[in-house]
Amino acid sequence: MAERLIELRDISKSYGQVYALGGVNLSVDRGEVVGLIGDNGAGKSTLIKILSGVVKPTSGEILIRGKPVTGWSAARSRDAGIETVFQDRALAVQQTIVRNIFMGRELTGFMGWLKVGKEIEEASRLMREIGFTSKVFTPQSIVGQLSGGERQGVAIARAIYKQADLIILDEPTTALSLTETAKVFHFVRQVRASGRSILFIGHNIHHVFDIADRFVVLDRGKVALTADRSEVKSAEDLINFMEDVAHPGGLPGLHDANDAGRAVR
Amino acid sequence: MSKTMEPDLQSPLGGAHGEAAGKEWKHPSDNWLRGFILDNRAALGTLVVFVVMMAVFMIANPVVFTTWYLYSSVLTTLPVALFVVVPLVFVVTCGEIDLSFPATMGFASWVFALVVQAGYDPFLGIAAAIATGTLLGFLVGSLVVYGGLSSLIATLGMNFLLRGLIQIINEGKSTALTSLADSWAYKIFSSQIYGIPVQIFWAIGFVVLSALLYNRHRFGAQVKVVGDNPDSAQQMGIDVKRVRVKVFVFVGIGAAIAGTFSVMINFTWWPTAGDGYLLPVLASVFVGGTPTWGGIGTVVGGAIGAVTVSFIQTGVVAAGLSGFYVQFFNGLIIILSLLGHKWNQARYR
Repeated sequence: MAERLIELRDISKSYGQVYALGGVNLSVDRGEVVGLIGDNGAGKSTLIKILSGVVKPTSGEILIRGKPVTGWSAARSRDAGIETVFQDRALAVQQTIVRNIFMGRELTGFMGWLKVGKEIEEASRLMREIGFTSKVFTPQSIVGQLSGGERQGVAIARAIYKQADLIILDEPTTALSLTETAKVFHFVRQVRASGRSILFIGHNIHHVFDIADRFVVLDRGKVALTADRSEVKSAEDLINFMEDVAHPGGLPGLHDANDAGRAVR
Repeated sequence: MSKTMEPDLQSPLGGAHGEAAGKEWKHPSDNWLRGFILDNRAALGTLVVFVVMMAVFMIANPVVFTTWYLYSSVLTTLPVALFVVVPLVFVVTCGEIDLSFPATMGFASWVFALVVQAGYDPFLGIAAAIATGTLLGFLVGSLVVYGGLSSLIATLGMNFLLRGLIQIINEGKSTALTSLADSWAYKIFSSQIYGIPVQIFWAIGFVVLSALLYNRHRFGAQVKVVGDNPDSAQQMGIDVKRVRVKVFVFVGIGAAIAGTFSVMINFTWWPTAGDGYLLPVLASVFVGGTPTWGGIGTVVGGAIGAVTVSFIQTGVVAAGLSGFYVQFFNGLIIILSLLGHKWNQARYR
């Protein structure tokens, strides 16, 4: 069995009287892509913030590689190899790909002078590793010239450079076209092939369905479903399930196959 | 990089793949000359403006523009401007502005004058001036960054405040420093070699070092990233506030050197020292091709911008027009340069 990278046990988070999360169990194994799906307000962003150490859970236990951690914080999360890629605001678009990858971690030699050649070399290697190979772009291309999917690639390459074992992609395909989404999926598959794990968050079931090895459906602060890819026949299954969760007892007409193409918000 | 951008064909999404490879343009690195031009288009654009302007002047009055005296006089005052234009490029790239440098020039050179007047070696005076400039830069930067104030207004306020202090204490009186002429410091920093004012060599050295700092050093890299996207820089572990304070300190140091050089040219310190540089220096930064929105800029362009602005005044008068035309031409060059840079630069935000 693959190594268990991170495990959340019975994590709860309340803001005053309001429960954002009520006893969530979630685990990610090495080399696994976990798709986390949930409606707005289901607790996805709270869960991301807990994983990245920005927010502390009210109760529950966090295990890193099987060992319980105490004093969970953003720094501890980074040290544990967890890197979050936010959809917007992650990149400096007027700078080169190299400068973005090494942002805050410039490769420097004597007195802080940049090792430009080494940075370009390393950036090419990282881009090849995630399958970002292009005749059009080099590591010295300006990020502003890249498409949305390719920008996600740069952010992912940066996370890999930071030795991340688990990369959390927060709605990486929400604003992207099908072609761009395919590019992001391509990067994600390459990252998985290198033995790293990805937590892929989205509210479009179709986007998550195509890429994930395992699905976790979050609903109103609780895990409503955990299923392996093999257990779910199609995206429609998952949609039907989510509708059952959202409207217990069922609402007639909602289970039409016609609804399958609709994003579950 | 051999393969084209090719998303996984296994993707159940299907659809058009690999469109990126179909784009028309090639990356400039295919050809080093094209790459060089594209990477330095702002600085080269400024150079074109300068060359065209000089050509017009030379056609207008070939006699004056082929005499060395004209260039010698520009080369004497230009270095003073260069020492502040260059650090200001860093400040503007970082997304800030500093209008307090004229007062810092006055203040630091005042300290220099006091030390020299007290009979100490001018080298000690220079050290004291730079220390003063560093401290003032730190004060101004801290006020803006940690006080959370608008740099435009806060530095304008600091300019008035510091200049006011100088005026209050000196009551408008200047200090003559005749002993400077015999000092080693003067020979090294302000004399002439074969008729060329020696300060221009120091200024060129400063520009080259700063250009390297801007393009090849962690400091420059972080300044650009902070000016481009401070949230991202913060997230990636860059101490954004510290970087911002540092650029103000850099201006303080540059202003101190500039102030000291201006005193050494005239052997006299005036309580107004530095005042006249505010607008020409600011204009130089933007004429040079550094945009106002932060994240990118060019040190060499800024330096060429300073040369351009210095030559406007001398050139207009030497070309036979009356001094009344100077401001008009200043404005004309600034507007034309901005239009040129807007056309010349792609904006990614």
